[in-house]
Amino acid sequence: MSLTRQDVEKVALLARLKFDEDALDKMTDHMVQIIQYVDKLSELDTEDVQPMAHALDIHNALADDEPRPSLPREEALKNAPKRDDECFRVPAVLGE
Amino acid sequence: MSEFSYEIVIGLEVHVQLKTKTKLFCRCRTEFGNPPNTQTCPVCLGMPGSLPVMNKKAYFLGMRTALALNCGIPKFTKWDRKNYFYPDLPKGYQTSQFDLPMSEEGYLDIKSTKDEFEPRRVRIIRAHLEEDAGKSMHDEAAGKGDSRIDLNRTGTPLLEIVSYPDMRSAAEAKAYMQELRLLLTYLDVSDCNMQEGSLRCDANVNLHITTDDGVIATPIVEIKNMNSFRSVERGIEYEAKRQYDVWQETGKVLGELPKQTRGWDDSAQVTRSQREKEESADYRYFPCPDLVPVIVTDQQIDEVRQEIGELPSALRERLQNEFGLTIYSADVIVNQGLSLVEYYLELAAAAGDNKLAGNWVQGEVLRILNDQEIEIEDFPIDAGRLAELLQLIQTGDLDSSKAKDVFAAMLTSESSAADVVKELGIEKVDEGALEALCQVLVERNQRIVDDVKSGNEKAVGALIGQAKKENPNVNPGQVRQICLEIINNL
Amino acid sequence: MSIIQKTASEQLALLNSGELTSVELTQAYLNQIEQIDGQVGAFLRVETESALAQAAAIDQKRATGAPLGKLAGLPVAIKDILCTKDTPTTCGSRMLENFEPPYNATVVEKLLAADAVILGRTNMDEFAMGSSTENSAYQTTQNPWDTTRIPGGSSGGAAACVSADMAPLSVGTDTGGSIRQPAALCGCVGLKPTYGRVSRYGLIAFASSLDQIGPLARTVEDTALLLEVLAGHDPLDSTSVNQPTPAYSETVNQPLENLTLGVVDRHFGEGIDPEIEAAVQAAIQVYESLGATIKHIEMPHADYGIATYYIIAPCEASSNLARYDGAHYGYRTDQAEVVAELAEDGSDEGPLVRMYRKSRSEGFGEEVQRRIMLGTYALSEGYYDAFYLKALKVRRLIRQDYDAAFEQVDMIIGPVTANPAFAQGEKTSDPMAMYLEDLYTVTANLAGIAGISLPCGFTSGGLPVGLQLQAAPFQEEKLLRAAQMYQAATDFHTRRPELS
Repeated sequence: MSLTRQDVEKVALLARLKFDEDALDKMTDHMVQIIQYVDKLSELDTEDVQPMAHALDIHNALADDEPRPSLPREEALKNAPKRDDECFRVPAVLGE
Repeated sequence: MSEFSYEIVIGLEVHVQLKTKTKLFCRCRTEFGNPPNTQTCPVCLGMPGSLPVMNKKAYFLGMRTALALNCGIPKFTKWDRKNYFYPDLPKGYQTSQFDLPMSEEGYLDIKSTKDEFEPRRVRIIRAHLEEDAGKSMHDEAAGKGDSRIDLNRTGTPLLEIVSYPDMRSAAEAKAYMQELRLLLTYLDVSDCNMQEGSLRCDANVNLHITTDDGVIATPIVEIKNMNSFRSVERGIEYEAKRQYDVWQETGKVLGELPKQTRGWDDSAQVTRSQREKEESADYRYFPCPDLVPVIVTDQQIDEVRQEIGELPSALRERLQNEFGLTIYSADVIVNQGLSLVEYYLELAAAAGDNKLAGNWVQGEVLRILNDQEIEIEDFPIDAGRLAELLQLIQTGDLDSSKAKDVFAAMLTSESSAADVVKELGIEKVDEGALEALCQVLVERNQRIVDDVKSGNEKAVGALIGQAKKENPNVNPGQVRQICLEIINNL
Repeated sequence: MSIIQKTASEQLALLNSGELTSVELTQAYLNQIEQIDGQVGAFLRVETESALAQAAAIDQKRATGAPLGKLAGLPVAIKDILCTKDTPTTCGSRMLENFEPPYNATVVEKLLAADAVILGRTNMDEFAMGSSTENSAYQTTQNPWDTTRIPGGSSGGAAACVSADMAPLSVGTDTGGSIRQPAALCGCVGLKPTYGRVSRYGLIAFASSLDQIGPLARTVEDTALLLEVLAGHDPLDSTSVNQPTPAYSETVNQPLENLTLGVVDRHFGEGIDPEIEAAVQAAIQVYESLGATIKHIEMPHADYGIATYYIIAPCEASSNLARYDGAHYGYRTDQAEVVAELAEDGSDEGPLVRMYRKSRSEGFGEEVQRRIMLGTYALSEGYYDAFYLKALKVRRLIRQDYDAAFEQVDMIIGPVTANPAFAQGEKTSDPMAMYLEDLYTVTANLAGIAGISLPCGFTSGGLPVGLQLQAAPFQEEKLLRAAQMYQAATDFHTRRPELS
């Protein structure tokens, strides 16, 4: 399993992270190391094993369709890095 | 370059907002049109530490719809995260269903009463539940400044219904949308308001072009932003022509270009390329660890099936086969929605004449509903009162033209048909008096008698006119019949 | 003996008998924090005023004879990962430096309902990612037994404050060992409950299918008391299990008869510090002397625990931490800088994407970014099956190992860590070495079972050694009783670090 600097750069965009040259080298080194380690799972034959996504076998946690109070707008917006009286504000969303 | 014939291949992805009081994963309300960011909580704001809990009603409304679309309901379904960054998606992922959706493999039949296309069974790949995103409001100043984010809609339950690429014309796509909307209305699972976005449609379109070297397929384009039935039709028609032109120009076929997304611009009536993403989409779907699977029993599925009433296709057939209505009449009435069908059924039963009831509902009643832009629930004449009127027609007490006068008066009064007849001074003319009148008219108009005798039956119309002058209450049909009898017996 | 050296259960008795007020007790802890936390760095924030106000209110309530909660008047320290309404909750990250949640975590609600006094917020590795608390964006925490060493992590502050008598009770979280490992290294008791036993609502997620909140205390009895308050079904958490909560504190002193303990031979030998091995073996003998039967069992897939964990946890984390993008809350980079930077490097990246990338790279520390990268990679197209899906399957195998083991034994006994507390900075540049710290603890998280760490000795250098007991899902009651049997027969839990 090989992982190149270019791969890491692509993953960084997907993850919305950005590294300078040095950080990218370091990240690549560490990721290669870790991936080599975790690749030991490929030793195991898991052909007939059911994947286990949850720690416990529980199901049907369903809630009734009964409204509960929403937050006052001020509470919803109070942690926003940028906002106006009504909305969150973000840099322009282009092209859509 | 020479012209080649082509077929348009269309698959639709329809998003339906389900009619729940609360959101899919939290208990905030789902009302439309409230002030921005007044309908949020830690869960739908994607606050750190908050956790989703599935709305039971949304699940069962989804199942009801899927069953009505003839889908199979797997016993086990789970929730997955679709990861991407967008400011209207505060968690950075949309909770949706990936490999084990709540329903699969159904169909919806579509037909054209105007013979625009052959009847077609459009197969459904799947219908699955997912959460809606919020709204970004973009500054008009062309990319400058900020976008404003309103998260009221975030987390509203959506049922995504994905069809196979089974449609072959824009008219079929429009008919599919209309039939689907009608079905959803009968099921009472959605408001289906396209303007408010509670019913949204994306189309995957390409062409199969028959060239001299065989059939080629053009690259698939996804069209978004079609917010009315008309724009679905026009968007697809436009896109088909555009793809044909591009193919003639570039020769590019399916597989040679990535799937493109284009938006329908309703004001310019064109599709426009939406800015290419800066990377190819990789949604990294994986099972949502915060939500647990849903397991349903056969009994639960049966119970939901029982809730489903008679659906449009079955009703149309019943109105034709049991009530003797024409395909066209049945279609018109059924397509108006369940309330009008119920009105019709009540009227037909009370009036005792299915066809007459059909003609009146499809004609006068619908005309008023359309003119006044009201729903049948607000129509001032209930089925019982209208049935009395129809009975007066059946007994011959009223001719159709008089009946329309009575109908018009009944719209603004609460009186019974019989009372309105009296109020309007419409009296039934005594049979003997009518015959006497006709006798006099025939004797007075030898020329007309001659015309009729020589085969021109229409000439008798002039006698009807004269009879009405003598007595406005005469029934024209009766006058005609009696006069013809007298003349023929001469 | 000063009041803060007594156990929480003893303090509660004094509060109830009227010999002690909550204000006195709270003030005693505040004094201790004032005196020694400069050396330890366990607390990110001490909430002096609100703690004293709460204590006074509870004293008042007690005086009027009103019904009291189970922890009435006892101070509790909270790991800075549990949302508390209108109170800073940072998760050890710059990303949430100014974040004040608009709601309370269920566990915070439960503590308040139990009339606990919230002393303050304890330090942790950023987003609970780490085993040394060195990944906190704010400060390091020192091991009270040797302040040149780390306290373990990620609940390092939670363990250190208990072991240095700065709080009688403390709430931590455990995703791969984050309660048990620092408890072992700091010489206190820490319990990771069965997945689903304690509500995660309001716990800032690291890896949702592994995270679990649990108690830390100096004694098993106090741990039982706190767990009793934390546990219980919560309709706001779909993965919370609807099972009644046993009265742990009432049964904890009842020894178990016919106890069968499983020993995994591979836990010993190569890779483990001989002093740790000796302490754990001695503890096993204590159990034998108490009448327990020891059985040697196999856990064939335990060696794959770390690899499985370091796929699943980063995958979930990469998605859980996507919400920190500078849009709706948390850190956002300077917008003018974004514009300037885009102009300079001529990228066709939009300002929104660059804002995301800069905010996240500036707001998250290195370890968090590393795990986001790993998880993003392992879930991406072409790698999902080889990594994520494979790990989910091995996770099943590990769970099956446990299921088979619990057919034969009541509990599994073994070490918590292979080594005692290491020096500050020793492993910060070697992530893989740091990850291997969790060797003995991650499998319990993967399987969703319960585990407890309790003091079982000291190295020749005076560093605490932890003993781990693991039990089948929802067997916390037995786990606590078994732990108490050992504690009653030993005195390691009574020793105190010497801090000036």
